[in-house]
Amino acid sequence: MAGPPRIEIRSSPHIHDPVSVDAIMRHVVYALVPICVFAVYLFGLSAAALIITVLGACLLTEHLFNRFAQKPNSLGDFSAAITGLLLALTLPPGFPLWMGATAGFIAIALGKVMFGGLGQNVFNPALVGRAFAQAAFPVAITSWSTALAPWRFSALIPSTLTPPFMLPATGTAGPGATVDAVSSATPLTLQKFDHVTTNTVDLFTGMTSGSTGETAALLILLCGAYLALRRMLDWRIPAGMLGSAAALAGVFYLIEPAKYPDPLFTLFSGGLMLGAVFMATDVVASPLTPRGVWIYGALIGVLTVLIRLFGGLPEGVMYAILIGNAASPLIAVLTQPRAFGEVNRKKPT
Amino acid sequence: MTLLEAFTRRTFGHGVHAPEHKELTRERPIRRFAFAPRLAVPLSQHIGKPAVPCVRPGQEVGRGEPIAQADGFLSLPIHAPATGVVEAIRLIPSARGPKTEAIVIKTYAADDQQVLYGTPRVIEELAAADLIRAIQDIGLAGQGGAAFPTHAKLASAREHHVETLIVNGCECEPYQTTDHRLMLEWVDDLIAGIHFALAASGARRAIIGVEDNKPDAIDTLRRRLTADGPIAVAAVKTKYPQGSAELLIKVLLKREVPSGGRSYDVGAVVQNIATLVMLGRLLPPGQGLIERVVTITGEGVKQPGNYLVPFGTPLGFVLEQVGFVGDMSRVILGGPMMGTAVSSLDVPVTKATTAIVVLPVKSSTAGAPKIYPCIRCGRCIAACPLRLNPSQLGLLAVKREYQTMQDHFHLNDCFECGSCTYVCPAHIPLVQYMRIAKALNREQAA
Repeated sequence: MAGPPRIEIRSSPHIHDPVSVDAIMRHVVYALVPICVFAVYLFGLSAAALIITVLGACLLTEHLFNRFAQKPNSLGDFSAAITGLLLALTLPPGFPLWMGATAGFIAIALGKVMFGGLGQNVFNPALVGRAFAQAAFPVAITSWSTALAPWRFSALIPSTLTPPFMLPATGTAGPGATVDAVSSATPLTLQKFDHVTTNTVDLFTGMTSGSTGETAALLILLCGAYLALRRMLDWRIPAGMLGSAAALAGVFYLIEPAKYPDPLFTLFSGGLMLGAVFMATDVVASPLTPRGVWIYGALIGVLTVLIRLFGGLPEGVMYAILIGNAASPLIAVLTQPRAFGEVNRKKPT
Repeated sequence: MTLLEAFTRRTFGHGVHAPEHKELTRERPIRRFAFAPRLAVPLSQHIGKPAVPCVRPGQEVGRGEPIAQADGFLSLPIHAPATGVVEAIRLIPSARGPKTEAIVIKTYAADDQQVLYGTPRVIEELAAADLIRAIQDIGLAGQGGAAFPTHAKLASAREHHVETLIVNGCECEPYQTTDHRLMLEWVDDLIAGIHFALAASGARRAIIGVEDNKPDAIDTLRRRLTADGPIAVAAVKTKYPQGSAELLIKVLLKREVPSGGRSYDVGAVVQNIATLVMLGRLLPPGQGLIERVVTITGEGVKQPGNYLVPFGTPLGFVLEQVGFVGDMSRVILGGPMMGTAVSSLDVPVTKATTAIVVLPVKSSTAGAPKIYPCIRCGRCIAACPLRLNPSQLGLLAVKREYQTMQDHFHLNDCFECGSCTYVCPAHIPLVQYMRIAKALNREQAA
């Protein structure tokens, strides 16, 4: 018989739940893949090129910053990949690639690395990138392409290949010089400025124009449910956000149905679903107290509806989530749970 | 279990479900363990002052003979776990790290090891004070792992006029089956012990809380107890750390022990199953506590089981007897959630040893896992049974703001159950941070 075994010393607990940060992040990437695939189906080659470009820009930025700061490679934790995918999904499908790459750089550099990397970012990095794009390229980011264009797998949307530092030419026709269907208004724009409501079923299944990956409400919900069932996504945030948005929209709809959209339209249009399921749930930038997540979700939902109905923009999800991110440390402080056995120290006399 | 029970099972908020691994030893009856050729019996196996030796090297001792006396009220005597000769009184490694003084006994191999010492008593005739002294004389310390002197706990309970004795049969740590086997096999001793503890503490009633992963134990107890007697059995939901005293009181009595308070403050005193079994077994013959039932288990041992092991048996001897797998292991005293991985196999089994869990370590997984930054996922908050904020505590610990942890984030309420660390996907050693912070705060205050 061999001698006594060598022994390993480690602090308790000696067993661990088989879960890790990279596993969680990897599953979020898995959940985003179907949405990307659907986006490509809907918008064709341009969507694919945009997703790949933005993703590549994010990964490259993170890699270079790690190199410069002499930090270990952090691409393996998949968080930069999530940022890249999410950012691409919020941009219009015909968004010029150079602008997408710039937004990706800003997302990682300003949104994440500057705060200290994974776990330190105050805002969802993807939304920081998008907010930058919104401010820097206001026209390009509101130029929408038609979904399901017949030429989408044979040619790119013309604006996609705009040379760096150039604005896309306006009024260009699609391939084959047919003027139809290169640009198209989103359901939200139609509703806000023209009071034309899009069919709810089309909204639900995603067969409308809009940002690359935000249209398919059903698909986003399914992917979110997958993550929630694996306990890798806090279902309370989307629940609070969608619930409060629907409730507030419902109130306005009841007051004046002709002017305001119905709650279902509010839920399934624009980026609300993608924002609720994948953006607001960024674990780093959301509060982590049990009551806090409800307040945080509800706040974002309310802000979204208010911006949509009374703001200058047709869409308010992005700013609503950024404001929610900014508020989340405060929410966390205000909603610290009562600890077990905590008492108001009033000694009986 | 009926449908109604399934929905009304008693439990607490948060906590974790860890794989139990109890099937390794659950069905294995209690067996006597071999006597090691040398037993190293520490003088401090309990909370309080160490015992004072009353034997000299070279002196022969009989099994059960007192070899060290209690030093004051919060202290316990030590009895010889085997017949033999005292070889030395010297320092030996302990589970907690620093070396500790121990009486080393060379056992007589040919001896039949009968217990020869005892002062039989008629318990019913003893006054409360005498009863408590009699409990101190048998050297009984809490067998759930903390090893607080049982008589002192019962005496405080009497002082505070507690009404309920909570009998802790949860055994929520994975792998452990000691209390489970005791409830099945030594149930008469258990019930006798509960009656003695009721008499000593002045409590009117007792509730035995058992996790519902031990239905056979619950059945055995219910069959043995009458409905109108002072002892009741309550099934509680299986969840870690249900066996913590605060959480068991919360579940059974719906009262929260106030922060910084004791269980007496809410009218309860908690005793563990193994403690009361030993009380019922040893008090009438007045024999000393010299051995205990230990679950020796884990994937790293060849013959897992529940063994009656004499105190002072070195872990090296234990592993030799049950056989071990592989060439590298983690040897844990207690359960895998809260137990201590020992640094030496010369560490002996003591009154506080509930289990010995041996987990094989593959050389590929040896070393610490990669630690990620905290991503504020909130899993630790959802796991903490005391509703603390381990994430925030961890961030503060990294910044060395230990006093803030104590003043604003309830650091001292943490009883180090390890749930936060168990679930942390970033593999942050949160509970280790808490321990360090508490130790440094104590040092600061001293």
